[in-house]
Amino acid sequence: MKEVNITELERRFQEKIDNDIKIEPRDWMPEEYRQTLIRQISQHAHSEIVGMLPEGNWITRAPNLRRKAVLLAKVQDEAGHGLYLYSAVETLGADREATIDDLHTGKAKYSSIFNYPTTSWADMGSIGWLVDGAAIMNQVPICRCSYGPYARAMVRVCKEESFHQRQGFEIISLLAQGTPEQKAMAQESFNRFWWPAIMMFGPNDADSKHTAQSMKWKIKRNTNDELRQMFIDVTVPQAEMIGLTIPDKDLKFNKETGHYETGPIDWDEFWEVVKGNGPCNKERVDARRKAKEDGLWVREAAMAYAEKRKVKNAS
Amino acid sequence: MEKNTNLFEYVLRMGDDSLILGHRVSEWCGHGPILEEDIALTNISLDLIGQATNLLEYAGEIEGKGRDGDAIAFLRCDREYKNLLLVEQTNGDFGKTMMRQFFFDAFRRLLFERLLKSSDIQLAAIADKSLKETKYHLKHSSEWMIRLGDGTDESHSRIQDSLDSLWKYTNELFFMDEVDFSLIKEGIIPSMDGIQEEWLVYVTSILEEATLSIPTNNWKQEGGRIGKHTEHLGFILAELQYMQRAYPNMKW
Ligand SMILES: [Fe+2]
Ligand SMILES: [Fe+2]
Ligand SMILES: [Fe+2]
Repeated sequence: MKEVNITELERRFQEKIDNDIKIEPRDWMPEEYRQTLIRQISQHAHSEIVGMLPEGNWITRAPNLRRKAVLLAKVQDEAGHGLYLYSAVETLGADREATIDDLHTGKAKYSSIFNYPTTSWADMGSIGWLVDGAAIMNQVPICRCSYGPYARAMVRVCKEESFHQRQGFEIISLLAQGTPEQKAMAQESFNRFWWPAIMMFGPNDADSKHTAQSMKWKIKRNTNDELRQMFIDVTVPQAEMIGLTIPDKDLKFNKETGHYETGPIDWDEFWEVVKGNGPCNKERVDARRKAKEDGLWVREAAMAYAEKRKVKNAS
Repeated sequence: MEKNTNLFEYVLRMGDDSLILGHRVSEWCGHGPILEEDIALTNISLDLIGQATNLLEYAGEIEGKGRDGDAIAFLRCDREYKNLLLVEQTNGDFGKTMMRQFFFDAFRRLLFERLLKSSDIQLAAIADKSLKETKYHLKHSSEWMIRLGDGTDESHSRIQDSLDSLWKYTNELFFMDEVDFSLIKEGIIPSMDGIQEEWLVYVTSILEEATLSIPTNNWKQEGGRIGKHTEHLGFILAELQYMQRAYPNMKW
């Protein structure tokens, strides 16, 4: 009986995946599948939360009341995405606060795009348009991910991300078609965000060690390079349409393949930022750690009060 | 004409309260003590900015000089802002932010309830929309008063400090001058007298449950309603107005 052995369980597990049957929290799953998901979903959750900072940065300086409200709502959505994703992590038996502590000690990663500074209002446009745009490319396939809770969280998240993408594009196009100062602001921002945005899809397939296994498990449905290409093909014509210049002198359209081809991506920069040597890595993690430390007395008070209430109600 | 000038001033004062407090609360975004509170604070800020938009747009209409809500929100000098001193005070720790919010929410709820019956239809409509939000904000800030006051020794002493430092700004909530007197006479706004009493009853009951004590010292600070502010407002305006001042006359 005991010999419904691991190999048999694994075979049945893979069979479900091959038949597109979702894996649910109570189902048996290989430990490595569980760990991969915990790592990936918590990284995704951290990205949503750390991603609040570069945009939160501009709320008090938003140029008018409508933009201020839209930006507040957007950053609030990102916090909500973080919440659903942390809940999805918890279905795998991981503890939300423990994964957050891993972020604070530098053990857990998050999307390295958020280690770049937001130095102008136009960056609110670039982030919505490019960063949320790239996130959508990454996340739409995850709506079909083999793990049920993650797939369902993504369906909800993707709806909101496409709204973010549209409002970001609206900001940047208004600037790109505005006064000379506004055009310059838009172009300068685009110059800074273009390359980091296309690096958001991660290293080239040849250098991506987890891809093959993740594809087999249907945690990942497309390779990094496929997703990156889709993003470039969609984004280049948008930039051209609003009159922005792609900061890549080697960019060309290949008529035979129907795809744009970019110049070489600076992977050294990518790995440096991943390692922690980006312009704002320390500021971002410090800000999150400080929020948690400064909030300790508040969480303790809430727990102590709840405890007192319980005692009172029991007596 | 006289009525319009007074109504403009009154709506501006309310709009500025929402705008400046919304600005302050938005400074928390991304830095809250727990993710759920980060979301709640951002939501409160969003509501306040929405109220500010409705009120300042309306102020612009009453004024009739072609200024819209943005022109009023972003392009005045400091003495022309008429918000309460309370709302421009710094966030401090989470407890201080909640104490400031609690005083304000308790006041705003009573005010909006009465403004529902305003003879000015637009003001009554804004009150109707804002009252729902304000009730939620008040529930939230009241619950935090009790949790922090009756939580740990540390939280009790921190929140008591916030109460001590902010109490002196609460009298201004009930400020009245000729602007108010004439609008009260016309049935556009309620008298503050009943509001002040009810406010004190509510606030006292929550603070008692929170095991906190109201300062006996009666030192009061006011001036915001006539444009005399604390040092903090200038810094708020420096951020709030930055884009409009640095890049004038552009669409965003
Ligand atoms: Fe998001
Ligand atoms: Fe995302
Ligand atoms: Fe987003």
